[in-house]
Amino acid sequence: MSTKKTSQQAGREKGEVLLEIRDLRIEGFADDIWNPIVNGVDITLKRGEVLGLIGESGAGKSTIGLAAMGFARPGCRISGGSIVFDGLDLRAASEDTRRGLRGSRISYVAQSAAASFNPAHKLIDQTIETALTHHIYDRAKATQDAVDLYRRLQLPSPETIGERYPHQVSGGQLQRAMTAMAMSCRPDLIIFDEPTTALDVTTQVEVLAAIRDVVDQFNTAAIYITHDLAVVAQMADRIIVLRYGNTVEEADTRKMLKQPKEEYTRSLWAVRKLYKEEKPGEDIVLRVHDVDASYGGAVKVLQDVTVQVPRGRTVAVVGESGSGKSTLARVITGLLPPTKGEIYFNGEPLPPALKARDKKTLQRIQMIYQMPDTALNPRHTVRDVIGRPLDFYLGLKGAASDRRVSELLKLIELDDSFIDRLPSELSGGQKQRVCIARALAADPELIICDEVTSALDQIVQEGILRLLMKLQSELNVSYLFITHDIATVEAISDEIVVMYQGKLVQQGLKTKVLKPPHPAYTELLLSSVPQMDPDWLTNLLEHRKKTGAMQAAGN
Amino acid sequence: MSAGANKGPAAVGQVRARRTFLDRAWRGLKTAPPTAWFGMIVILGYFILALGAPWISPYGQAQVFDTPYSPAFYEAGWDPHFLLGTDQLGRDMLTRLIYGARNTIGIAIATTLLSFFIGGSLGILAAILRGWFEQLLSRLVDILMAIPSLIFSLMLLSIFGSNIPNIIFIIAVLDATRVFRLARAVAMNVVVMDYVEAAQLRGERLGWVMRREILPNILPPLVAEFGLRFCFVFLTIASLSFLGVGIQPPTADWGSMVRENATLITYGSITPLLPAGAIALLTVAVNFVVDWFLHKTSGLRDEH
Repeated sequence: MSTKKTSQQAGREKGEVLLEIRDLRIEGFADDIWNPIVNGVDITLKRGEVLGLIGESGAGKSTIGLAAMGFARPGCRISGGSIVFDGLDLRAASEDTRRGLRGSRISYVAQSAAASFNPAHKLIDQTIETALTHHIYDRAKATQDAVDLYRRLQLPSPETIGERYPHQVSGGQLQRAMTAMAMSCRPDLIIFDEPTTALDVTTQVEVLAAIRDVVDQFNTAAIYITHDLAVVAQMADRIIVLRYGNTVEEADTRKMLKQPKEEYTRSLWAVRKLYKEEKPGEDIVLRVHDVDASYGGAVKVLQDVTVQVPRGRTVAVVGESGSGKSTLARVITGLLPPTKGEIYFNGEPLPPALKARDKKTLQRIQMIYQMPDTALNPRHTVRDVIGRPLDFYLGLKGAASDRRVSELLKLIELDDSFIDRLPSELSGGQKQRVCIARALAADPELIICDEVTSALDQIVQEGILRLLMKLQSELNVSYLFITHDIATVEAISDEIVVMYQGKLVQQGLKTKVLKPPHPAYTELLLSSVPQMDPDWLTNLLEHRKKTGAMQAAGN
Repeated sequence: MSAGANKGPAAVGQVRARRTFLDRAWRGLKTAPPTAWFGMIVILGYFILALGAPWISPYGQAQVFDTPYSPAFYEAGWDPHFLLGTDQLGRDMLTRLIYGARNTIGIAIATTLLSFFIGGSLGILAAILRGWFEQLLSRLVDILMAIPSLIFSLMLLSIFGSNIPNIIFIIAVLDATRVFRLARAVAMNVVVMDYVEAAQLRGERLGWVMRREILPNILPPLVAEFGLRFCFVFLTIASLSFLGVGIQPPTADWGSMVRENATLITYGSITPLLPAGAIALLTVAVNFVVDWFLHKTSGLRDEH
């Protein structure tokens, strides 16, 4: 308890070493043995400094982040090295001591705020809970302080927003409320574990700005974990690149961005270099004509939407969440029959409801989902998953089916050793490849890709996008690519459709849509995409302040 | 990541052997607690008795001797021909206990299977179809569950007559209400998964979606429930037999054996407790196994 007082009295001077991790080793238990997850990582963090941890999934980022609190997930153990926080060795300290530090001096902001808040309690009660538990403030003072934090984090109506329940605020607001919760005891160190990964770009900008601002105001040290280099470039003073539990490279942000030393670090940039030359298409495969749709009730989720997909081309549908992108996919697949308008496939009208469509029609439109985890039945092997459409549509059975499955596996750059694996034995990228193979097995003319890369990290994303492009050039299949990630759109599309609140904002060839002048909403969307420039966020915020009109267009 | 793993196609069939069902079952058994082992051994014993009844038992189940109420081996005046003595009509107790296992367990299994078939398929169907179908079934189930099931089945058996098919069907339908609720609840979580939608988009029939996409994913809780329901069905049949509307004489079953020999209790004989003990032991054994299985599948313990 005494350490807490001294730290608060001593103030928060920059430069003093706050956290020192030496030769950290962490192991995880699987298949009856302990496997190394982290092999000797060193981290030094000074007061008031923001450190970025970056790497693909499985690199050990989150595990290291938790270890900085002296915590190992169930099934993991810290097997070596030292973790010294403000002079206190966390590995040697008792669990009680460590628990005293957590929340009050070291706090944690998780990736999914929606899953981390208790839906049954008001935001304010959860925000001040740690402060009350650690006896730092009484209730009145803590509430007042929380309102102040809400204001600093630019939450709307800070006095009353705390009275709401988690489901009554948006994802971006919830993430900021969680940051307020982490801030409530004025910790020396906050660990941000992918706080904006689940948000769309326009919301991400607001959350990033708020986090950076509040960390700066209180001079809090932070470890910022992400797989998005452009994001970490805005937030961190220094970056550590991790891979397979080892440090690949460590450098100041600006230096790292300008001259990355290691090959691996450079490969993290790769997806932003992917580019497809656009080609206009004449032969229209799918035409959605003047469609309205609603989930019952008077609210129209789609309004007068007209979209065309040419054969062998990629049409990207962009917009933030709630813009009706996914609803459009549901209308095309027949899951949600439109209330007005028609859909033409190869010039022929498509029956609006799924049940009315015959096997041949279903076969020609396939779908790939956002979350490969939920898109594959956990009890079906790869052979079952890919073999089913072969049997169902093409009547292939037994050896003929196996041969085709093997060919398809080769097409998606996996080998035959995967054929009897269950989804739980595949990585995220491999799962998504299997989903692609399942779609291809039906021999379709159009594949609807619903945010297929947003659940994957950068390098895996690049692999999937390259694969999709390769398949398109080989098989001349068309994609309707739904996404909120402009970098992906730039990489793979021929045409772009911008949607906002169920209506079309803009539609046309890629270069045309991306070239200014844009309609206000397109402008907002495009400018919100993080750039690899560390000054991007600062400049953007300044620019937006000057031209306040932009915000109005977005809201 | 996997791009480097592409080393050209190997012949199909040479693939890495996947853990087979037996392999996984063995791995599970190795970690089973002693209570589960005890339960499994007892259940196995009962099954051997039930299947081998005609060969193991010394007499026929309806064979009557002229020595009713012959005492058992632990009592004075024991007749070595009858290890556990005879009942009120002079039938050998041991024989009837062994046959009782066969009849009671057999009927209980048939009933439980039927109730899981009815309740499970309707529950999954309700989860998929939703709307009025689900409402109708759910309210119907609510009504059935509001009536005390033992009294209800007593009434139905008196109306339709108590023969074995009627017993099986009536208890199965009444018990299916609980299975329906469970199956509907767990299937509801699976129905919202993208892979179910993917199957529907593919144009799969309802039966396939139920059987191949949903059923394998809700099987663990259903299997655990199966063990529990089996015990309850078993007890219900025994209770009904005790009350005289269950399995009819001369077919041996434990419930009616308790009733028929109940008067002996007043003479200080513990013989009527033997069938009761047989019921209790099996119930405890099944519960041990179910507890273990439930614990294994509920995710209470992180297996990684």
